[in-house]
Amino acid sequence: MKIQSPTFKTNTSEALEDVNLQKAMSVVEGNFVAKRAQAASELPEFESLRDSARDIKNHTLAHIDLYLEAFEKKVTEAGGHVHWAETAEDARRIALEICRKENARTVTKGKSMISEEIGLNEFFEENGIAPVETDLGEYIIQLRKEHPSHIIAPALHVTQDQVADDFREHHTHLDAERNLEEAPTLLQEARKILRDKYFAADVGITGANFLIAETGTSVIVTNEGNGDLTQLLPRVHLVLASIEKVIPTLDDAAQFLRVLGRSATGQEMSVYTTLSTGPKRADDPDGPEEYHVILLDNGRSEMIGSEYQDMLRCIRCGACMNHCPVYQAVGGHAYGWVYPGPMGSVLTPSLIGVDKAGHLPNASTFCGRCESVCPVRIPLPKMMRHWREQEFEKKLNPATQRSALGLWAFAAKRPRLYQFGTRMAMAVMGRLGRRRGRFRQMPLAGGWTRHRDLPAPEGKTFQALWAERRKNR
Amino acid sequence: MTTSSEQAPPRVGLFVTCLVDMFRPTVGFAAVKLMEDAGCVVDVPAAQTCCGQPAYNSGDRKDTRAIAEQVITAFEPFDYVVAPSGSCGAMLKHHYLELFTDDPVWHERAKAFSDKVHELVSFLTDVLGIEQVESGFEGSVTYHDSCSGLREMGVKQQPRKLLRGLDGVTLKEMETPDVCCGFGGTFCVKYPDISNAIVEKKTSRIREAKAGTLLAGDLGCLMNMAGKLQREGSAIEVRHVAEVLADMADGPAIGQPKTSGTGQ
Repeated sequence: MKIQSPTFKTNTSEALEDVNLQKAMSVVEGNFVAKRAQAASELPEFESLRDSARDIKNHTLAHIDLYLEAFEKKVTEAGGHVHWAETAEDARRIALEICRKENARTVTKGKSMISEEIGLNEFFEENGIAPVETDLGEYIIQLRKEHPSHIIAPALHVTQDQVADDFREHHTHLDAERNLEEAPTLLQEARKILRDKYFAADVGITGANFLIAETGTSVIVTNEGNGDLTQLLPRVHLVLASIEKVIPTLDDAAQFLRVLGRSATGQEMSVYTTLSTGPKRADDPDGPEEYHVILLDNGRSEMIGSEYQDMLRCIRCGACMNHCPVYQAVGGHAYGWVYPGPMGSVLTPSLIGVDKAGHLPNASTFCGRCESVCPVRIPLPKMMRHWREQEFEKKLNPATQRSALGLWAFAAKRPRLYQFGTRMAMAVMGRLGRRRGRFRQMPLAGGWTRHRDLPAPEGKTFQALWAERRKNR
Repeated sequence: MTTSSEQAPPRVGLFVTCLVDMFRPTVGFAAVKLMEDAGCVVDVPAAQTCCGQPAYNSGDRKDTRAIAEQVITAFEPFDYVVAPSGSCGAMLKHHYLELFTDDPVWHERAKAFSDKVHELVSFLTDVLGIEQVESGFEGSVTYHDSCSGLREMGVKQQPRKLLRGLDGVTLKEMETPDVCCGFGGTFCVKYPDISNAIVEKKTSRIREAKAGTLLAGDLGCLMNMAGKLQREGSAIEVRHVAEVLADMADGPAIGQPKTSGTGQ
């Protein structure tokens, strides 16, 4: 996937002008935010489960080498194969080798952000393998030749009318005059078309919500059951997961599942929760004959022990983006790479470099709503601030910003100078603004006055008035 | 209003905040009045400029630290440090500690300082135990929860409780009062178009509430929302909650011209 984070400002301007996108995004508060609040309020132990989820992840990250080795051992014992991929390139190469060995022509895929991260679809297409996305949202954006704009609702940015148009354009074997006004009709149509793909596929690729060290099991949750069909029907099941998905035990997984669904969609649980451990056994009625897991690092082990380690707790629920006023305003594509919203603003600079992704941690109001809903209590604003510190140290932020800040800081460290300056400036501004009480335009404050009036100061500063009051007492 | 005769009245240092100092001194005087009426002795150290947030949130740790040391030193003589702002309050109370994690001496001083810091309205209710204030303000109001006050300082019910206790005031809640107004300090000038999209949503919620006055506890958010409402031609008045609680809301609202020609 081409990195477009450096053009964040242009991306956001386009997003704000995009009528369809704005219409699509307007449902977020009602669909995700309200439902999460309801689901959380119905579970008295929700807050303590969040603490516990955080603690389990912290414990796992502190011993991640041991848990990953244990996971590998159990997968191998169950007859599966574990492949270690240090980079995106390694992961793509390993995935291709597995498919080549199978002479695969078609590969079905259950939702996997890792496959987006390593650019697997494009790579497969270049190498003569047709990837078919089976999640409805993923299927829609595959038709549109787009990327996900949300980590659990990949086609969040598309309106229902647009989906109907896309289906008419691509499903040319169906009656052109058919009625596509209702969402269930669209769903049925996609389901019917995808059904044949499941049987045609030679390899099924899924992501993993969790990898369980105790048993060598991978866990995926879906609402459509597409993950099950993807991993059960083809001869080979390939799990693509990043290393921080490992957790110690099945009991731990049960705890995470309780916070995951509630945080993501406000459901108690996703409709399907599927656990798979190795290939089909002799007495199993179905299942793949081969089972592979690719464990991707791609920069994550460098985050361990750094100030960004807490980010590796993320369980990809999307609650932070659902609740983020910036994400709600501009959507996920504006962030310019795989991971959008607050979690992306912290994770993306770690994975592609702060020099390319510097806008992301800056474009936050620090309202803190993301942290307040994170099921594993990741201090997202604090970590965005860490990125800003790195940028500041590397002098990556614009020179005008730096000199304005430097000038301000110089004065802020000298109270007498500062108060003299503010007294003078406010006297002038107060006089100029007295008649209207506000300014429609103000030199050096164009960013403000482009969209809002600037209230005029009262004229005298508090410190000046306070000094007068003291003298008169 | 009274403290026991043996007890010395609490000595409060007012952290005036830059925006209050420069743009709306009335809020500072309202804060002083509220606390003096409650029996506090209030003073305002002259050696304060700003809490350091612009530098802190821009990644400039060194300057932030220098400013923090200046603030901590200036307020050491007081029993309490009170700010008419959740945002600056949170900076003083929580973020100063983070600046000094590698310096035991300053961390100790920052900790002692942090323990004394309060946001104004929660100081009145939670620390001083005030249940009701006297104010002749009349009208319907809607209250915006500023982000830092809400999420870092736990301010939610306190202002609503005091407002509901006023005979002349009707509180009309807007939808999602806890969603950011798009101010975000330097965010609003670094990303003006996104900020505008956020505040536009906010002002439509405010207008839907059909209250005559918009209140909040942070001047930054208030200036942002007032500026947007006025650009949209709305007649809703915008004020800091302290002005209403202190019965000092007779002057022009934020961004309104002085009508009498005298004012503060």
